[in-house]
Amino acid sequence: MNSESYPSQILESAVKEFSQLPGVGKKTALRLVLFLLKQEKNDVLRFADSLRRLREEIVYCKSCYNISDAELCDICASPKRDHETVCVVENIKDVMAIENTQQYFGIYHVLGGVISPMDGIGPDDLMLKPLIEKVEEGKIKELIFALPTTMEGDTTNFYLYRKFGDIEVKITTLARGVSIGDELEYTDEVTLGRSLVNRLPFEKTL
Amino acid sequence: MFLKHLHLINFKNIELAQLELCEGINCFIGSNGAGKTNMLDAIYYMSFCKSFFNPIDSQNIRHEHDFFVIQGTYNLNDEKEHVYCGLKKGVKKQFKRNKKEYDKLSNHIGLLPLVMISPQDERLIVEGSEQRRKYIDSVISQYDRAYLEHLINYNRVISQRNVYLKNLKALNKAAHDMLDVWDFQILELGKKISKARALFLDELKPVFLEMYNFISGEKEVVEFAYKSHLNDDDFEVALRESRERDMILGYSTKGVHKDDVDFRIGGYPIKKMGSQGQKKTFLIALKLGQFKFLAEHKNRKPLLLLDDIFDKLDTQRGDRLIELVGGDFFNQIFITDTQLNRIKPVLRKINKESRIFMVEDGEFKQQ
Ligand SMILES: [Zn+2]
Repeated sequence: MNSESYPSQILESAVKEFSQLPGVGKKTALRLVLFLLKQEKNDVLRFADSLRRLREEIVYCKSCYNISDAELCDICASPKRDHETVCVVENIKDVMAIENTQQYFGIYHVLGGVISPMDGIGPDDLMLKPLIEKVEEGKIKELIFALPTTMEGDTTNFYLYRKFGDIEVKITTLARGVSIGDELEYTDEVTLGRSLVNRLPFEKTL
Repeated sequence: MFLKHLHLINFKNIELAQLELCEGINCFIGSNGAGKTNMLDAIYYMSFCKSFFNPIDSQNIRHEHDFFVIQGTYNLNDEKEHVYCGLKKGVKKQFKRNKKEYDKLSNHIGLLPLVMISPQDERLIVEGSEQRRKYIDSVISQYDRAYLEHLINYNRVISQRNVYLKNLKALNKAAHDMLDVWDFQILELGKKISKARALFLDELKPVFLEMYNFISGEKEVVEFAYKSHLNDDDFEVALRESRERDMILGYSTKGVHKDDVDFRIGGYPIKKMGSQGQKKTFLIALKLGQFKFLAEHKNRKPLLLLDDIFDKLDTQRGDRLIELVGGDFFNQIFITDTQLNRIKPVLRKINKESRIFMVEDGEFKQQ
């Protein structure tokens, strides 16, 4: 569809904005815009306002770089959380995934990426400063590395491990192995091999 | 294990082919460029998820078409295995086993072991070290999945380090801290890779010698001398000291990605001193040794693909080769040749089921 066929410039500019979203083409954008036009005016204005607030009011927690409504995120601000245990993750989606397990009561640190010069991310691009300060001040007892199990995740793990190597802090990483519900014959050999090498005392699995 | 049925659409110069194959010897006979080697390549594709000859997938599609399909039905321990490979221009390659798409193609490598002997093998002797590394890696990957994983990771470490070095302005403390990490990974992954390569060459040598002496009818001293930076006493120091040079060059100069193996006969490099006959025998023995090695490791006899090899051997060596592959040790075999009257007497000497397909202009007709 070329630009001449839009009956209104306002419509055209709305379509253009929507089509900048990932995975949204011109056709889908037009469908979404026409849908919004048919909705109650107040509903649409509320939608627009939530977008404006999303951009204007949301900040990154100054302590852990999680998304937050305030200077400190809810997790960092909570006295119920264990502030001596920090789980280091790549991005905010990982925080949400771990929170959903309801098994973790420490705090987080969001790096915002893993070291990968091929993707333009070097060690200086990681959000590390507040974490280093906390660790150096002796406020942290345990660091849990929960980065992706890719080579870049490993590189970042090693990098952090060496950075914190001289400081007295316990460093752990997520167990890697056979997933629950997996049948062994369908588990790839690398995962199965690693699970065998890092096998657990049976009592721990009860 | 054997390939029972093969179905191709638009693969290289083959518009359509549907072949019923036998468990013994299958021959593709036709003039050069008719498409017989393309058929071998399609069989190779199903084992390795890529072409033996052209690594750019889209270039294996028939001219002026936008997709190809290769489908094979195998008999594996008396069970049917269906393998599907489809490629459409601009779309990710689809690779399926029994209608289920693979998460990672590397999970397929090794399921259908295969050894191809081709005139291209000459590259292993005449060309640079990369050819020999590729060869060694492709054999080990067929029986050691962890090796393939280490290799993929190792190559990624090298690529990341190279990009980092290219953008690096000064070799300061921060840069050294970062390079320490990659060097540690180069060392740890490199040790695993190097150990597996050395072990493979050690184990391959006796089976190789057995084949070599059988085909040549001679007893020669043949050596595989494995060369790796990792075997140097002070590899860690050398790696560290290479940083400045690597930064200037923009790539990593030390590590197992520079490994090589020196093939020697009677103490001399075969590349320089070997006769044409010795070189050919060497390459065939290398591949047949690999066959035996894989068969033992996988407890499954690989498919054997012989591309135009009788053309290059003298009668005596050719006869010994036929005697060898005609034996029970080999199972399903694919042979290409330009001349029917050269292949017919070969088949008569072998006590195995056989089928002949005549190939003309990409079309296959069973005789
Ligand atoms: Zn926070």
